[in-house]
Amino acid sequence: MISVRNLVKHYGDVKAVDGISFTIRKGEITGLLGPNGAGKTTTLRILTGYLQPTSGMVSVDEFLVNENPIEIKKRIGYLPESAPLYPDMMVYDFLHFMAEIRQIYDKEKIKDVAIQCGITEVMHKNINELSKGYKQRVGLAQAILHDPDILILDEPTNGLDPNQIVEIRDLIKDLGKEKTVILSTHILQEVEATCNRVIIIDKGAIVADDSTTELKSARGKDIRINCVIGGTTFEVIQNALKNISGVKNVQHVRDEGQLCHVQVLTGADIDLRPAVFNCIKDSGWILYEMNREYRSLEHVFRELTVGM
Amino acid sequence: MEQFKEIMKGAKLIAKKELSGYFSTPIGYIVISVFLVIAGFLFFSTFFLYGQAELRAYFELLPLLFAFVIPAITMRLFAEERNTGSFEMLMTLPLSTIQVVAGKILAATLFASIMISPTLVYAVSVAFVGSPDIGPVIGGYLGAVLLAAAYASIGVFASSMTKNQIVAFIIGFAICIVLSLITKFLYFISPKLVSLFEYISADYHFQNIARGVVDSRNIIYFASVIVISSMASIYQLEVKR
Repeated sequence: MISVRNLVKHYGDVKAVDGISFTIRKGEITGLLGPNGAGKTTTLRILTGYLQPTSGMVSVDEFLVNENPIEIKKRIGYLPESAPLYPDMMVYDFLHFMAEIRQIYDKEKIKDVAIQCGITEVMHKNINELSKGYKQRVGLAQAILHDPDILILDEPTNGLDPNQIVEIRDLIKDLGKEKTVILSTHILQEVEATCNRVIIIDKGAIVADDSTTELKSARGKDIRINCVIGGTTFEVIQNALKNISGVKNVQHVRDEGQLCHVQVLTGADIDLRPAVFNCIKDSGWILYEMNREYRSLEHVFRELTVGM
Repeated sequence: MEQFKEIMKGAKLIAKKELSGYFSTPIGYIVISVFLVIAGFLFFSTFFLYGQAELRAYFELLPLLFAFVIPAITMRLFAEERNTGSFEMLMTLPLSTIQVVAGKILAATLFASIMISPTLVYAVSVAFVGSPDIGPVIGGYLGAVLLAAAYASIGVFASSMTKNQIVAFIIGFAICIVLSLITKFLYFISPKLVSLFEYISADYHFQNIARGVVDSRNIIYFASVIVISSMASIYQLEVKR
């Protein structure tokens, strides 16, 4: 549906985007993740036809962005970073104006979108009187007004309070059921919470492109099992657990009164939780807690962008 | 023709939005008031001295007044969009750049026309005290609209270059004031060059129309100023994003 091939964008001497390629299929919610200045916004701006790429090809359906920008713009709903709207316009007038330009003016449609985005009570306020959360929602309303197949959202939850963030994410997930959504963010939880695919960009190039679950699974890295054990000392635990085949290392995390926090490192291919549990049970210690630590997206992100 | 209709369809929507924008903030009313005060002063300061039933004093200084007022009307049109970032949204709408530029010029021209319409009262009051020649009055107002459109195109071009409204105003004012005054400095120039400078001068073409003689050359002049400025704006908007 959206295809990007060897996209390059230079600002003078600075390479903002340096040879990015990806394809986005219909119905995916894709998160474009990367540190600040990685080239996320630039990539989205090229997709929406706002910027011309230095080289490379972008196509949406059968249209090329540099040959038929108007057709592509009709199919895309775009929320630019920090939702720049017309500050002197009333929310209703603004949506009315956008609907007219999209040639779909219909009172009922505006009403529906207002309900969907939760902005019915601010429809007759000036945009410059709105809080950031409401502005963001009006921006979102504007983007979905013409029922586009593709929704491009640049940092949609930037600057919102935690409640608003949850609301916007739910709305995005809801929209993602029928639309193709691309959103950019530098917040990892956002991707974990909303996206089913992640593209991680760093310094203008793609460093990872996979499904969210796939990226989080260890893929050859160690798995950690955290245990809190009572009734013995670390040395005893260490000796007992080390004997289980597959355990690579047993680390002491800290003591908490009578309790001992232990971390067991194992290979990624096996689940040693039953073995660890049985060992503890047979030794007569008391197991207070046990959990397996998944590699969070944060780990992946740091590994890929900083190399840690 | 079909293409022109399509362009105007989008341009009208932009123009409608911009025009209502002028009246939703105090700026529009302030500009109109200032214009009317100065125009009124220019008209009445000589009206009773000349003792003639005509609007010449008013139209004579209109290019100068427009050079100042029109860039003030147009300065925000693109500069403000660039400054607030709404420019990005505007440029990702299914509109072509030419539609946006045409819409903004149209809005500024319509606003200027609304601005000068109260001065029709002068024409009426002149008709009460004497019997004015109707040609120069009609020509004057037609010329004023053409002049406003030409200066608005220049102002829009100036606004498309920068995100700073003050800078946009100064650039627009600088170009318009040259076009308004260039014929006033012809005393030291060799007579061969005079006609060239006259051709460049907006004032010269406007005064021709305001005399009541509508010549195609004058119309072509204003049309070319509008077309060239619009093309320059489109270039600015598409290259400098």
